[in-house]
Amino acid sequence: MEDLSTLDVLTFLVWLVASVTFIFALKFLASPKTARTGNLLGAAGMALVVAWTFFTTEGMLENWWIVAVGGAIGAVAGWLGAKRVAMTAMPQMVAIFNGAGGGAAALVAVVEFLRDQELHPGELLPLPFIIATLLGAIIGSVSLTGSIVAWGKLQGVIAARPVRYPGSQWVTALLFLVLIGLGVYVAVIEPSTPLFLLFVVLALVLGVQLTMPIGGADMPVVISLLNAYTGIAVAATGFVLSNYALLIAGTLVGASGTILTQLMCKAMNRSLFNVLFAGFGTGGEAAAAGEGEESLKEINAEDAAVLMAYGKRVIIVPGYGMAVAQAQGPVRELMDLLVARGVDVQFAIHPVAGRMPGHMNVLLAEANVPYDRLQEMDEINDDFADTDVALVIGANDVVNPLAREPGSPISGMPILNVDQAKNIIVLKRGRGTGFAGIPNPLFSNEKTRMLFGNAKETVEALVQGVKQA
Amino acid sequence: MELSAFELLSALFILVLAAFVGYEVVSKVPTMLHTPLMSGANAVHGVIVVGAMLVAATADSPIAILLSLIAVILGTINVVGGFTVTDRMLEMFKGRGGGRG
Repeated sequence: MEDLSTLDVLTFLVWLVASVTFIFALKFLASPKTARTGNLLGAAGMALVVAWTFFTTEGMLENWWIVAVGGAIGAVAGWLGAKRVAMTAMPQMVAIFNGAGGGAAALVAVVEFLRDQELHPGELLPLPFIIATLLGAIIGSVSLTGSIVAWGKLQGVIAARPVRYPGSQWVTALLFLVLIGLGVYVAVIEPSTPLFLLFVVLALVLGVQLTMPIGGADMPVVISLLNAYTGIAVAATGFVLSNYALLIAGTLVGASGTILTQLMCKAMNRSLFNVLFAGFGTGGEAAAAGEGEESLKEINAEDAAVLMAYGKRVIIVPGYGMAVAQAQGPVRELMDLLVARGVDVQFAIHPVAGRMPGHMNVLLAEANVPYDRLQEMDEINDDFADTDVALVIGANDVVNPLAREPGSPISGMPILNVDQAKNIIVLKRGRGTGFAGIPNPLFSNEKTRMLFGNAKETVEALVQGVKQA
Repeated sequence: MELSAFELLSALFILVLAAFVGYEVVSKVPTMLHTPLMSGANAVHGVIVVGAMLVAATADSPIAILLSLIAVILGTINVVGGFTVTDRMLEMFKGRGGGRG
């Protein structure tokens, strides 16, 4: 066993410390009490390994400015983005940060490949290295462009509906085959730089090709999956650079991200395969128009307020519409007024309400709604039958009774039993269908009254109504 | 960068064991923490910025300098943005435990 220099030994120990902080960060993040500490711990570990790398890496004396300039630009951009983003746009922001990581991993792989070819032109790399380089390049690239598409779909820049064209699957299959062919050629026949770069470009196209056919409602799952991909890409580049901090952190995220993705799919009672390839919402659109359109019964805010003010129990079901309208503040006010009148007010949180699991919890916490009023689906589903008013604020698919019947795209997804409440008031922006693009018989239920408009305005009108009731 | 067979195998062991740790730590998470956890994990893979720094240190051609500069920028966005946005999400959970924040 050859000896390592003291500096090398210390470097390994720094990697070890950083890896342990990352493990604890993830572990702490899994519990509400310790989550914030966990995040700070991870940041501290990150700061340590970044600083150590900066001050001890050979060649940094000459090229320090690249890191200083790049670090300054990236830090300002990341910080501003994270600080300024509205809570409703959080999922998109995570997608962008994830895409940045994927892009960085792909670039590191590219630069490493170019450097190897400069040092040993035309020479094949050892197989484990070239495989890891190719993996880092392809997965990082897919994560980059896939995340951009996910961002676009959530931001409304790209159509949220699944975008498909005839033969789309064949194009994907062909892309895969060409990528495998190019990879094998570069790895074992000739390490051609143009072909390697073509490989990267096609990988970027693949990222778009894989995400475009997936509907906007499924983007959280896609972001979580791409997050795991970036982890794997980082692990691959860690292998190329023989850097254990990258190897361990990347693998941790790759594994935990995969599990998290599965947990999210499970919350929707769908398989990952179904999410990725079924094109949610492509089938039902034709049926959506016309059905129940005229049988919707409307209610005005005053009547709705009276109904709640004189009820014994009200369950509020928040959805993405509440997030978009930033209605959480007025919702809290409404809750306070009702509670002051002795009404039992609970919130029913569907696991995938909003566009990310936990999205509603974050928003309601922001508005200071006490946690003991937020009930998970399983805890509250039996209580609807005994509820005077279920107030649905901008939720649609998660309360759609069609999910209980076979043959619809959301069949089998667990839903909130809103339809069992004695009265149902639905606040909705317009008459369109939900994210999944399918009709919702709940809205034409005879117990249901619709209150159309921007959720913030309608909730404020309800607040006024309750004050006067 | 030539690794011996022993080092190669060590890397493989690390990879497999880290994958199990990653699996174990998150396999029981309340739904409301899914988003912050995803965001936190997202920040952790920002460690790629270290890889970007390493290739930046050896960059000697204009193209390598340009690409590694972009890699450092993207990696830093991932780290700084990731941890900051996670902290912002978690800040809102502080009222937990009955208190009204």
